[in-house]
Amino acid sequence: MSATDGTPLLLAYAAVACTLLSGVVSLFALRRYPGFLHFGSFLFLFFSGAASIAAGGWTLLANLTVNDRLGFGLPWLAWHVRIDPLSGFFLVLLGTLLVAISLYGPSYTREFARGPAAQPLPPLGVFTALFVIGMQGLLIADDALLFMIFWELMSLSGYFLVVYQHQHAANRHAAFIYLLLAHVGALVILLSFGVLAAFGGGLTFDAMRAARLTPLWATIAFGCAFAGFGIKSGMVPLHVWLPDAHPVAPSHISALMSGAMIKMGIYGIVRLSYDLIGDVRWEWGVVVLIIGTASSVLGVLYALMQHDLKRLLAYHSIENIGIILMGLGLSMIFLGSGHRMLGTLGLVAALYHTLNHALFKGLLFLGAGSVLYRTHARDLDQMGGLIHRMPVTAFLFLIGCVAISALPPFNGFVSEWLTFQTALQAPALTNGLLRTMIPIAAALLALTGALAAACFVKAFGIAFLGKPRTRRVARAREVPAGMQGGMGLLALLCLLLGVLPTTVIEAMAPITQLLVHAALPSAAAQGWLWLTPISPTVASYSAPFVVAAIVVVFGLGYLFLKRGAVPARRAYAWDCGFGHLTQRMQYTSTAFSQPIRRVFAGVWKVDEHIDTLADAGPVPRVTSLHYSVHTHDWSWLWCYVPIGRMVLAAANRIGFIQTGNIHTYLKFSFVTLLAFLWIVS
Amino acid sequence: MDSQLTAWALAAAQALLFIAAAPLLAGWLQRVKCHMQNRAAPTVWQPYRNLSKLLRKRMLLAQNASWLFRAVPYIVFGAMLLAAAVVPLIAVRLPSAAIADMIVLVGFFALARFFTALAGLDIGTAFGGMGASREMMVSALAEPAMLMAVFTLSMTASTTNLSVATGYILEAGLVLRPSFLFALLALAMVAVAESSRVPVDNPATHLELTMLHEAMILEYGGRHLALIEWASQIKLMIYAVLIVDFFFPWGIATGFGAKALAVGVMAVAAKLMLLAVLLVVWETVLAKMRLFRVPQFLGFSFMLSLLAMLTHVVLETGG
Repeated sequence: MSATDGTPLLLAYAAVACTLLSGVVSLFALRRYPGFLHFGSFLFLFFSGAASIAAGGWTLLANLTVNDRLGFGLPWLAWHVRIDPLSGFFLVLLGTLLVAISLYGPSYTREFARGPAAQPLPPLGVFTALFVIGMQGLLIADDALLFMIFWELMSLSGYFLVVYQHQHAANRHAAFIYLLLAHVGALVILLSFGVLAAFGGGLTFDAMRAARLTPLWATIAFGCAFAGFGIKSGMVPLHVWLPDAHPVAPSHISALMSGAMIKMGIYGIVRLSYDLIGDVRWEWGVVVLIIGTASSVLGVLYALMQHDLKRLLAYHSIENIGIILMGLGLSMIFLGSGHRMLGTLGLVAALYHTLNHALFKGLLFLGAGSVLYRTHARDLDQMGGLIHRMPVTAFLFLIGCVAISALPPFNGFVSEWLTFQTALQAPALTNGLLRTMIPIAAALLALTGALAAACFVKAFGIAFLGKPRTRRVARAREVPAGMQGGMGLLALLCLLLGVLPTTVIEAMAPITQLLVHAALPSAAAQGWLWLTPISPTVASYSAPFVVAAIVVVFGLGYLFLKRGAVPARRAYAWDCGFGHLTQRMQYTSTAFSQPIRRVFAGVWKVDEHIDTLADAGPVPRVTSLHYSVHTHDWSWLWCYVPIGRMVLAAANRIGFIQTGNIHTYLKFSFVTLLAFLWIVS
Repeated sequence: MDSQLTAWALAAAQALLFIAAAPLLAGWLQRVKCHMQNRAAPTVWQPYRNLSKLLRKRMLLAQNASWLFRAVPYIVFGAMLLAAAVVPLIAVRLPSAAIADMIVLVGFFALARFFTALAGLDIGTAFGGMGASREMMVSALAEPAMLMAVFTLSMTASTTNLSVATGYILEAGLVLRPSFLFALLALAMVAVAESSRVPVDNPATHLELTMLHEAMILEYGGRHLALIEWASQIKLMIYAVLIVDFFFPWGIATGFGAKALAVGVMAVAAKLMLLAVLLVVWETVLAKMRLFRVPQFLGFSFMLSLLAMLTHVVLETGG
């Protein structure tokens, strides 16, 4: 490891060390010294984020691959470490979020230092640090053992973060489901590594890369990895833990979980299938595409029914993971059919969306946290009118909403557009079924986009627009500058990544070079202004023009319409002549999604109750009316409840051996011992 | 370089012509509709008069209106201006078509709709919420159908660039493609739904039971309303021009000569006038649907576009 080439890896070590220091510092954040958490811990987290960005950015831009061996652990199993463009890309993603939350966190965690929501502070800092170390470590791990150690570190410390506010039973339940599924996932990933290690003759990733798998075993390894990493990413139908776990964690942790942790699943899928297994097959792509499409459509439909802002955002993570998987699936189909360039395009679309989702979902969770911080409300139907009280938060949250709804000129649009472009190349395939299936998937992606827009009109419109629905919301104040700064950074990046897609795609070339030995030479062939992923005559998009045109319209509007016009007069809104509009007459989030609930009935299990109390009298008159609606997740009712019931039934059956008699238990031990001795001999 | 400059100047001129002509199409539509329904008709210039009146009027804002409410008309108009700039009206091979392809065009419509719906929720009246909620439902169903129809065309022409696609269809000559027939029907139905026409919406009423688009913009007045009305006239014209470009592009200028451009203007004007007459007949014959019949209408449109896609894959590519 020479001095200059090794620097990125040293920076990555520095990042891990800073995170560790951040955890150590927050140990001192006892009730009397909360400053250790607010300043010390987040300061180190900031350095760690900056070092991650530096390490990842350097590796990515200079197209380096650095290997190292560390002498920790068991004597015959040294830890293998490697940083390459793929891990560099994810380190940049993680680092950006870390910088944002380290700006945001100091003010946000004040809530836990005192007041009604007071909690012990050291656990928050320590487990945040361990959680981040887990992610940083698994990105630079180069053998299966180290990878699994860090993976488990991430999963376990995630549990403690979800259960941080453990007073609420719902949080404990969410954390238990999270832990359960995280372990099922880890087990399946371990099986996948087992297959690879058996063929490669070692636990190092280098040995696995060199292994030649038969198609069947390769498919088994891929299937296990896809299921295991898919649980972590929250793909349908393995998603049930996600909408419970993400909302109950503190908001900056929710941002980290939705922004970064579930992306580690994507990292795992890409690393295993493209890098370690190598030969990508188109059949895998079909599975990934179908699951991705299902995740995106169902994710957004479930999100539409939520009225808890953070839960709504969590369901959107499932939707976006679906979109990423669609890109990956298309990429696998094209690569497996021998279309290397189109496969590259799909991979770029998927990775671009991964980065984009990290940014705008981080932004939205931080925005939801800001609302929570000032109003203590998570229910949309209690909010309203916050744009007047929290203008900066509202503006930044709006940017997040536009970006996630895939509207030009923001970043979400670019990656969805790239996914569409990949899908439209389906005629290049010879298989007629695939040629039909891919455009249908694209149409469902369009449905997802339109529904996501509807959902964010609802989320932003009900929370920030209109009139305040409760007194506490009416008195909300703007959040401190640090929190605005954290959100502002992410919002700015959302715009930049939307306006300069050619630069981003050029920077991502080393990843695709590494994984599929190809890049997109034509993407930036027409200069930075024009994004032409395939060729200029096939498709092109110029985001700077879009921004320029909107700015020009505003400028002209100001010059010719606003300037010199009589100032606007304020008047009452139109009330149909009845007078006295109250805030209760506004549409609520439940009302807003009612048409969609009716059109797509059957996607949810809807329990709708209307209780009316009528006056007995000559003319019946309704005196009070109570309306309640609950939507349930079918996958929970169809998959998990039966499995849970079967486990319980099995436990009951085996229960007969639990007699409570010590002699019986001794007998069991004796028989077991005999059995082992017999096996050994 | 010089020819590049000419092309860009021509593209800018075409965009300006587009937005200038949009109220004229609306006026023509109104006039034919009045004649068809035995009413006294205003002149075709009436929409211009309305716009100039609104632009000069003093603004009236609801008390609860935020900055977003005031910004929305400009965003909506900007999005429509961009959309108008990329659609070939009188000539193909203009450089502005490279700014955005068909998918981005749908994105511009979505952007305008997103902000209009937000403006509907901003005041905090039930009208706005109702309009926003219904509009987003309709668009969620219309967008996949539209994209599916557009995909069929772009797969045939193997491009999503509007200008190149139009040029391809022009060069291919009169070929009867069953997929195009289905796509045309699907696109026409989506166009009706998206530009708030009967039977999905009725732009002429302010009754709460019929309105979608009008409910969202109920609180707007003055120059804001002018911009929004103008934008929706442009939107209607974009849909009409898209149908013309994709299915009947003959007559559109392929060179930048004066004669070719003049022919292009005449051809597109004639085709749009004819299309408007068809729309009027459609609107006069049909009645407004109940809101929850609209999903069936749009579902049918989606089925048609799916059929277009399938016929394209099965019959026309020989796979």
